[in-house]
Formats: sequence, C-alpha cells, structure tokens
Amino acid sequence: MKKQNQKAWFFVLPVLLLVAFNALIPMMTVVNYSVQETFGNNLFFWEGLGWFEKLLRSERFHAALGRQFMFTGMILAIEVPLGVIIALSMPRSGFWVPVCLVLMALPMLIPWNVVGAMWNIFTLPDIGLLGYLMNHVLGIDYNMTQDPFAAWATIIVMDVWHWTSLVVLLSYAGLVSIPEAYYQAARIDGASNWSVFRHIQLPKMKQVLTIAILLRFMDSFNIYTEPFVLTGGGPGNATTLLSIDLVKIALGQFDLGPAAAMSLIYFVITLFVSWLFYTLMTKDDE
Amino acid sequence: MAKITLSKLRHSYNPKPEGPDDYALKEIDLDWDDGGAYALLGPSGCGKTTLLNIISGLLQPSQGKVLFDDRDVTALPPDKRNIAQVFQFPVIYDTMTVFDNLAFPLRNRGVDEATVGARVHEIAEMLELDDLLTIRAAGLSADNKQKISMGRGLVRKDVNVIMFDEPLTVIDPHLKWKLRSKLKELHQRVRATMIYVTHDQTEALTFADQVVVMKDGEIVQIGTPVELFERPAHTFVGHFIGSPGMNILPCTLRDGQAWFNGQHIETEGPATGDGDAEIGVRPEHISLGSGPLEAEIVKVADVGRHNVVELRLGNSLIKAIVENDVPATGTRVAIGFDPARTRIYRGGRIASQPKERAR
Repeated sequence: MKKQNQKAWFFVLPVLLLVAFNALIPMMTVVNYSVQETFGNNLFFWEGLGWFEKLLRSERFHAALGRQFMFTGMILAIEVPLGVIIALSMPRSGFWVPVCLVLMALPMLIPWNVVGAMWNIFTLPDIGLLGYLMNHVLGIDYNMTQDPFAAWATIIVMDVWHWTSLVVLLSYAGLVSIPEAYYQAARIDGASNWSVFRHIQLPKMKQVLTIAILLRFMDSFNIYTEPFVLTGGGPGNATTLLSIDLVKIALGQFDLGPAAAMSLIYFVITLFVSWLFYTLMTKDDE
Repeated sequence: MAKITLSKLRHSYNPKPEGPDDYALKEIDLDWDDGGAYALLGPSGCGKTTLLNIISGLLQPSQGKVLFDDRDVTALPPDKRNIAQVFQFPVIYDTMTVFDNLAFPLRNRGVDEATVGARVHEIAEMLELDDLLTIRAAGLSADNKQKISMGRGLVRKDVNVIMFDEPLTVIDPHLKWKLRSKLKELHQRVRATMIYVTHDQTEALTFADQVVVMKDGEIVQIGTPVELFERPAHTFVGHFIGSPGMNILPCTLRDGQAWFNGQHIETEGPATGDGDAEIGVRPEHISLGSGPLEAEIVKVADVGRHNVVELRLGNSLIKAIVENDVPATGTRVAIGFDPARTRIYRGGRIASQPKERAR
C-alpha cells in the first residue's frame, strides 16, 4: 500500500475549530435541550422525542409554519418576476448604469431593524407619510396595528422594497454577460422579444436566478427583525412568522425544550427545501 | 439571392463626426455579385465588421445606401432583409436541441413543420450534423456549435447573402481547415452569395473568388487572390498579403525610371513624374547570386519549405525567399529583382504601368 502524507489534515484544523465553535457546538446544545425538560436551576429531565411529537401536532406550530410559507411564497412570487423585469429594463451601458446600480443597492445597505423602524414610522396612521396619505388623502382605512390584511400587505411591500434589488442585481449581472452576438443572431433569425427572453436571456440568467431564489428563500424563511420591529407579530397572531413564534416560546415563555425542538425542525425544513430546489434547478447541467 | 450594392456608404460611431478620422467607414462603393464567394480582409479595427453589420442591417449607416437587387433596403431591419450571419463566437440556443436550433429561423417565419423537418434534415446532412439532431446543443464542441450557427444561416432557402464574421476564431487549429473546406463546398452546393470577414490571409485566399482588402475604413483593392499577390494596388496589400510581405524600398524617380541606392532598377514599366517613390518587390521574386545590387546577409530563417533571408543594403532591410542553400550570414551577395514583378508605388498607390499597357 502506498504511504500517504497525512499532514494535510492539520491545515483543515483551523476551519474545523471555527465551524465547531460557531455551528456544531451551539447546535449540539440545541439538540441537547430539545430532548429534555427544564424548570431552571440547571435541572433537566429526559423527555425523549416528546417535544417533537407535541410540536408536530400543535396547531400553533402549523399556523406559524403556514404563515411562514405564505410569506415566503408571496415575496418570491413578487420579487423574482419584478426583479427580472427591472433588470431587463435597466440600461446596459452609458451614464445611467452606475446611477441605477447605486439606487438599486441602497435599500440593501440599510440594517434590518432600521428598515423595520422606518416602515413603522412610515405607516403610522396620523403622522406617517404612507399612513397619512392612505387615511387622510385617499380616504382608505389603513391601520396595520388593527387590520391583519394591512399588516400583511405592509410586511410584504416592505420586504419587496428591501430585497427585490438582490434579484435585480443578480439578474442584471447575468444579463450583461450575454454577448451582443446572441441578440444580433436572434434578430437575424427573426425571433420575437418573447423568444429572445425565453431562449437567450432566461437560460443565461438561470444560474444567477437559482442563487437569487435560494438566497431569498433562506433569508425570507428565517426573517425575524423586520416584522418583529414593524408589527411584533400582530395584530393578534396575524403576522407571527415561525421565527417570531420561536422567540416567543424560547424567551417569552422560557420553554427551552419545545423551542429547541422547533429550531431543529425549522432548520431541517429550510435545509430540505433549499436542497430540493437547488438539485432540481441544476440537474440538467453537466 | 441577390446582387448587393453599397452606394456612397459612410459610417461614424460618433453622432457628430468632425473629420475623416471620425469615420469608421469612409465612402464605400461596392458591388457584390449574386452567388459570389467574397472575402473581406483587413487588420483588426479597419471597419470590416462595421461594413458587415451595415449589410445585415444590425447597424444603420450614417450616409449612403444598401441595395439588394437595386431595391433600397437601408432602412429595413435584419429580419426583413432575409440575410444570414455567422458570428465570431458560435451562437446557439442552449435550451434547444440541435434540430430545434436549426429549425428556429424557419419556425419564426411561420414555415409549416413538414417543410421545416425536410429542410433541417437536408442542411444537417450537408454539415454532417445528422447524428446529433436530437442532442441538446449546449454540450457540443465549439466546431459543432459553429456548424449549427452556419446551419441556421443556410436553412432558409432564399437568403440574399450569408455573412461570416471571423467564424473560425474559436475553432481548434486542426479543425479549421476542415470547416474551411466545408464552407467552400457549401458555397458550391448552395450558390448563395457569401461574404467572409477575416484578418487571416490564408482563410481569405482559400475561401474567396474575390478578396476585398480594407484598411482604415477604406477599400484599398478588390481582386482575385492571384491578383492581390501578383500586383498589389497598394503597398498595404503588398505588405499584408504574403509571408513575409512585399519589400517596400525607398527610391527616386527620374524620367519615370526608379533609382534605388544609386542603382537603376528595372521595373514592370515606367511611372510618370519625378521625385520620391517606393519600389515594391515580393521576397519570392528576388534572386540571390546574380543581379546589379550587392547586399549583406543579416539573418537566415529556415521555415521548413524554404529559407527566409534578411539582407541589408544601405539603410534598407530586404527579405528574400530562397529555395536552396544560403551563404553564411555576414557574406555579401549579388541580388536581383525580377523586373516584370517589380512595381513602383507613390503615396502608397501603384504608379508603374506594365509595359504592354504603356506601349
């Protein structure tokens, strides 16, 4: 047998330690909590898979999960087509390119909690710009602290405002990488605008769009700060997304066991959907 | 198929051109005969692609007209001109099979499926793509992709002209000659007008019946490959075509005769006028060992089939092609120019007249 140099393992060690401290060890503590019950004072009682079972049967969890999928589904359904349309209509060269890029990037540079606070003030019925406009100028009854529909509309519009740019910028990067000859050939071949989009632009954007959708899925599925600052999960439980519910259980009720079990299920769902999506999108590529 | 006429064509990428330097194309008047195989040859940046894009309609000329069979098509978009163009980098539609790629231009024009199928199979067989028809085009090699690009040009029956914009750039060297001869064969089969843009003289000379040589937005010579080689109308053509290019030597004209380094040089015929001019003679037409001039051998390069000898005479360097053995560097040898193939140029343009015509 050939003798192999095993020294290379030492070079992997720093990364391994880093990952251990920032991911593996915290995660194992969560696993530890998820199978036990505690009343504080460092007293733990074995619970087995009980929390998981209860959680998966709990209507509260089903409702939060449903809201979470609804939120993510809606923002993806809006942000992806909108982002692609904006990217398609952006100029490919000239003075306006940097202007557009900076304008697009601006919302993404604002921290999450600031975005939430901004929109909170923006939508206040009597003094917020949007709230005042809706209630006192247009005469539409708009108060997101009372009306679940208004609350939902607001968190979705806020996320679209905050994150469509990501889809735009990634799509745009895909678009500008298409050589001019493709468009010229398509014109000569007599292709319609739709054909050009379907057979040239979309295939060339596929990879970046896959990444964009994946990032937007993960980010929106785990979203916490913005809706927490904006609506606090209300009115009632109307906008209590998974992460908000999780924090309520963990820190509000201090139910560490159920919260840990929920975290793990939450994590597995995110991981599974991401994996499924990525595998489906890339299975045609050699 | 059609005869293509370019009339007083000028183009500038600058919306407000000021001097002639702002023009990528300076006044082009040219006829492309129906069914001809043309090459458009010139160095990078000479305006070849601009000219091509104007013919195809991708670009609107600043001035002048494009006529197909005397019909003005200057304002028509590319899909209305019924032309085909093959680009430097193969353009294929990644998501489609080879068949669908070839069928695309026909389907876009509403041709019925039966005709599409027949036509695609015919073209695929011509291009030796028939085994690949059901494969997705994305995974193919560069030469097969380029064949698909060509196929999309050929698949429409009545194209006025097929244009090739340096189509072999990304093809492996050993496949280049294969595709090139394929093209030549295709031209003989389909008899469509073809314009082949290249900066590679071998490609131009092997493909075309007529070569159009361009420089700085102007056409400097149009002729058969033999004409371009034998009697370049411009020193640029002499230098650009041939390997190594034509020797261009400074001379003085007295009574229409050329004097180089104090020695009278016999040329194909006299030129009019006096003063400074240039002698042009190809390395192939210089003989070593006899002749009125004496030069020192500076360098000898054995390029396989023959030797390229570099000689110094006064301040000039002269290149000669010698089939047999060459004396060592440093020796002085007598050299002579073949009079019938020695030309006089003034201001870059040919000035000597062949004896027959002068008489």
